[in-house]
Amino acid sequence: MSMLRVQGLGVSIATISPLSGVSFELERGEIIGIVGESGSGKSLTAMSVMGLLPLIGGQVDHGTIEFDGIELTSISETEYRRLRGGRIGLITQNPMTSLDPLKKIGPQVDDVSRLHLDHDKSQAKARTIELLGDLRIPEPASIYHLYPHQMSGGMKQRIVIAMALAADPDLLIADEPTTALDVTVQAQIIRLLGDLVKQRNLSLVLITHDMSVVAQTCDKVMVMYAGTAIERGRVQDIFNSPRHPYTKALIGCIPHGLSKTVRLKGIEGTVPGVAQYPSGCRFHPRCGLAEDICKQTVPVFETTGNRAAACHFALGTAQ
Amino acid sequence: MILKYSIQRLLMIIPVSLAISVVIFLIVHLLPGDPIDNLIRVGSSPEDRIALTAKYGLDRPLITQYFLWIGQIMTGDFGQAIVLRRPVADLIAQNLPYSLQLGGLAFLFSSIVGIILGVIAWASRNTWGEQLVKGFILLGSTVPGFWLALLMILLFAVNLGWFPVSGARDWTALVLPVLTIGFGGIALVARVTRVALLDVGKQDFITLLHAKGLSRTAILFKHLIPHALLPVVTILALRIGWILGGAVTVEFVFGRPGLGSLLIRALGQRDYPVVQGSLLMLALAVMIGTLIGDIAQAAMDPRIREATK
Ligand SMILES: Nc1ncnc2c1ncn2[C@@H]1O[C@H](COP(=O)(O)OP(=O)(O)O)[C@@H](O)[C@H]1O
Ligand code: SF4
Ligand SMILES: [Mg+2]
Repeated sequence: MSMLRVQGLGVSIATISPLSGVSFELERGEIIGIVGESGSGKSLTAMSVMGLLPLIGGQVDHGTIEFDGIELTSISETEYRRLRGGRIGLITQNPMTSLDPLKKIGPQVDDVSRLHLDHDKSQAKARTIELLGDLRIPEPASIYHLYPHQMSGGMKQRIVIAMALAADPDLLIADEPTTALDVTVQAQIIRLLGDLVKQRNLSLVLITHDMSVVAQTCDKVMVMYAGTAIERGRVQDIFNSPRHPYTKALIGCIPHGLSKTVRLKGIEGTVPGVAQYPSGCRFHPRCGLAEDICKQTVPVFETTGNRAAACHFALGTAQ
Repeated sequence: MILKYSIQRLLMIIPVSLAISVVIFLIVHLLPGDPIDNLIRVGSSPEDRIALTAKYGLDRPLITQYFLWIGQIMTGDFGQAIVLRRPVADLIAQNLPYSLQLGGLAFLFSSIVGIILGVIAWASRNTWGEQLVKGFILLGSTVPGFWLALLMILLFAVNLGWFPVSGARDWTALVLPVLTIGFGGIALVARVTRVALLDVGKQDFITLLHAKGLSRTAILFKHLIPHALLPVVTILALRIGWILGGAVTVEFVFGRPGLGSLLIRALGQRDYPVVQGSLLMLALAVMIGTLIGDIAQAAMDPRIREATK
């Protein structure tokens, strides 16, 4: 049984449909990278799995999300709450704003084991301090009593990771965990996450817009564009023979990373917003290979199997 | 750390009070008329008047009078009331508790009801409940307090006879004055609470609290409300002066004893030491209120404590 299997996921927020056609699968101990430029739907995918779309007024309106055999789209809020923090941990983008500034960091981590492991105050504290040590935080017993504003961004992100790990989850979702950090700290955090997956036999969904991180860290990858998945497969296969022209362009700009300022090699323009999603293949206005069919017909993205590319002229396949 | 901060702030009150005392003294003495008008018997001679003026030291230069007064205050002596012929300190001690009681209750009433209404408005956002509370907030911030007071006196005191129209016999006499002062504040506090909750609710750490598996109720009470209270406390501290000001007029309208009633009577008689003493007490109360607000904020927010270290 897969740890996480998402099939044909679509999301609606009020009257708009910012996300559709997202499918991927993740086994225990595996890391899948979800890549794409800003606005491609990575965070919405994460929020869907966490069941937190209602916070932004959204909901899953298509597809299924199966976590360790549990169909998440049909469980109650109470059941979901037991999974959140208990079996699925979330790590968010900006550690500067991810912790409650009025509370000491230790007790903020304690909350998780008290809630999900029924620990009492002192058990939770002992566990938190041990966990902080595991995450290579120096002097965890004194760090425990600090407030968020007294720590660096990298340290705070470790605290957030500690919160995500405190109840021994099976799945971690890290939504651009290093985007807001110094370059030197970024590599440390990514390495830490990789180590944790190995030591604890976790599954990790690693959202990033950095293809080189995917190449170094992930087993699988899903590429997203304009609110939909456009290619997925094992990292080796994708990097050796990308089938979607967009994936190919992404791999082409690895040395620079994928920041907003760097233009994709050979591709003009930017990712369209929800209101401007093009008809047919959403990539067609920027695609050098586009033909008439691309403007009219949405290319199929296989929901099952090891590999898929949403392109009428998927490179390297006989069509 | 908070203690050191509090002491620093407390010491600051001294120079500020001195500055305020100058303003109070000048305003009081520059008012037309003087207390002798209220003392002198009809038909007394100009010599009597001069003698009386000299007796109370009112013939000396203003600056001398000021230093004599402030020198006295520094030793804890508020002087002797000219018209009422009693120690000012006694008059204040007699009246202050009534004002503190009224102001304190009005303050508690508007804070507690305001915060609760604000939370209800926030929790029922996007439903008709929110419209209801918002309607009330709008009403509360547009209806003038004195108009409401008159309305309440008419309805509850005159027509229904539930509460006395005036006086301070027992707690029932407090109900209408407290409602009058407190009502306007409710709307303000509710609005600030609601907006602050909406604001905090959008922050990243709230998402992460949900991701930890905390219930909505736990997030509301342990995280959202403490944050929302920060701006509410700021507003409340600013309102302490407003409420005391309100107490001054409301005491007069409802015929209650208190610093306000004392002040207005003494003002009519130009009883300088009483007016100056009560105004100084009011100013002091406002400063202490603001100070308590600031200390409360520092106690609630570690970032403020850091900044004041
Ligand atoms: N709360 C929201 N309301 C409306 N549109 C949204 C909301 N959140 C995200 N979107 C839209 O959905 C698309 C995908 O957003 P997101 O998942 O945040 O992208 P990413 O994380 O890849 O940068 C974007 O076009 C974004 O504007
Ligand atoms: S479907 Fe057409 S437009 Fe879309 S990526 Fe493939 S070739 Fe380009
Ligand atoms: Mg995002």
